[in-house]
Amino acid sequence: MKHVYGWLLLTPAAILLIGFTHYPAIATLVDSFFSTGTVVRPSRFVGFDNYAALLDDPIFWQVLGNNAWFALGTIPTAIAIALVMALWVNEKLPARALVRMAYFTPTVLPMIAVANLWLFFYTPQIGMLDQVGALFGAPSHNWLGDPNLVLPATMVMVVWKEAGFFMIFYLAALQNLPPELQEAAKIEGASRWYFFRRVTFPLLMPTTLFVLVNATINSFKLVDHLFILTKGGPDNASSLLLYYVYQVAFSFFDTGYAATLTVVLLVLLALLAVVQFLLIEKRVHYR
Amino acid sequence: MRLRTGFVLETGAAWLLALLWLLPLAYAFWAAFHPPEMATHFDLFAPLTLSNFAKAWSYAPFPRHFLNTIMLVTMILSAQLVLCTLAGYAFARFEFFGSNVAFGLVLVQLMVMPEVLIVENYRIMARLGLVDTILGIGLPYMASAFGIFLLRQTFKTVPRELEEAARIEGCGFLGVLWRVYVPLARPTYLAYGLVSVSYHWNNFLWPLVVTNSVETRPLTVGLAIFGAPESGVDWSVISAGTIMAVAPLLVAFLLFQRQFMQSFMHAGIK
Repeated sequence: MKHVYGWLLLTPAAILLIGFTHYPAIATLVDSFFSTGTVVRPSRFVGFDNYAALLDDPIFWQVLGNNAWFALGTIPTAIAIALVMALWVNEKLPARALVRMAYFTPTVLPMIAVANLWLFFYTPQIGMLDQVGALFGAPSHNWLGDPNLVLPATMVMVVWKEAGFFMIFYLAALQNLPPELQEAAKIEGASRWYFFRRVTFPLLMPTTLFVLVNATINSFKLVDHLFILTKGGPDNASSLLLYYVYQVAFSFFDTGYAATLTVVLLVLLALLAVVQFLLIEKRVHYR
Repeated sequence: MRLRTGFVLETGAAWLLALLWLLPLAYAFWAAFHPPEMATHFDLFAPLTLSNFAKAWSYAPFPRHFLNTIMLVTMILSAQLVLCTLAGYAFARFEFFGSNVAFGLVLVQLMVMPEVLIVENYRIMARLGLVDTILGIGLPYMASAFGIFLLRQTFKTVPRELEEAARIEGCGFLGVLWRVYVPLARPTYLAYGLVSVSYHWNNFLWPLVVTNSVETRPLTVGLAIFGAPESGVDWSVISAGTIMAVAPLLVAFLLFQRQFMQSFMHAGIK
């Protein structure tokens, strides 16, 4: 009986999950072996042609590289800031609730709104950054128009958006640390830096790993800001893999190639899933 | 003495960072409530105005976008609550044939969220005739792996004795779910609800792909079209529009800060 009930309860969710996750994931793989159909030439099997095109596509390598820089630039910075934020907010700071609120606020804003807010920081001359720079005699920069500056500029914004979210996890972990440790360290006369380096930080390691994996997954999905700030430009200097997928599919209408690009994205996410699984296994052993 | 200066310095640094973190939003408020020519000049005595809000409201169909977003968020959350409760209950209390494999397959969606599969999901929606409908935006998100996982974990902590007591009282398996499990999982529902509403209020990519008319576009998509540099609307009006779009969620967050943070924490740690 329990078999019947179990499946009956699961069925509604299972239909939707299969329909909009598993089936499209497999269909993506299948489509990556077919050419994009047009009115005159219907879609046909082309083997690995799309993948050969992918390897020859300089834009693909560029957006993949951008994605790597984007992850390397935003994740460690956001995690470090989040940790500092959590340590501060966990102490008896004056106006602590207000400070915590300030740190967390960007988390509840949509990326589109965030991009709107930051656009005017980055606007040449009249933007906030250039105005503040002018006070110190710095020259005006076209932050979003310069291929060397555009990716770092979007990274700063993403760090601002994400740090408060990661802070929450550190805060939860800090509140679960036994207070006796701190007391023992005090009696031993350990400095705060020493205590942090030898006790707090190692104990927060599971949280750091958890945040790290989730932040990496997230870095492949964060593309909304590009629609407002740069459209991936100049010359794809700020474009990311998922944004390129969107462009290829819905601006260039090359669905076969878009499917191939999506397969790359899925493979990367699958690799991350394996890493996460191994980390969780390790954590269980640790306990 | 050294301790005191250290504490003062640290407090100062923490406050400075907080100010820095509020700056973009504060700047948007400044621009939105002042005439456009004051948007980039800081003068404490600049006149205040609401005309930017009036302009934003009339330039873009904001009322319609608000209505769409509210309908979308309500529809997704109600469907999620029903579907995830049933599936979570199945995984928590029925060791049915293939349940482990099925659970693994459910968890795939934690990695492969619908926004990654925009190309194929758009095709599916086209085949179903659901392109440019609010149902089409919501459908891929309704069976949420995250919700199923969260509720399964919560239901597993419910003592079996309570269930047996309810059975003796004559409850069937759905009665047990409704009378025992659901009431005990209230904090999880609250946490999940807040996270889900925030997520879908702010979601952009998939709604952008699947909609193409004012009647279905949610706020984020409307805001993106309205705020695009090529639309030629000035900064003060864009700020006003942006603030309107984020206001409901922001106000809710300010009022229920504690619940929000705890929900995100609860939902994240699992």
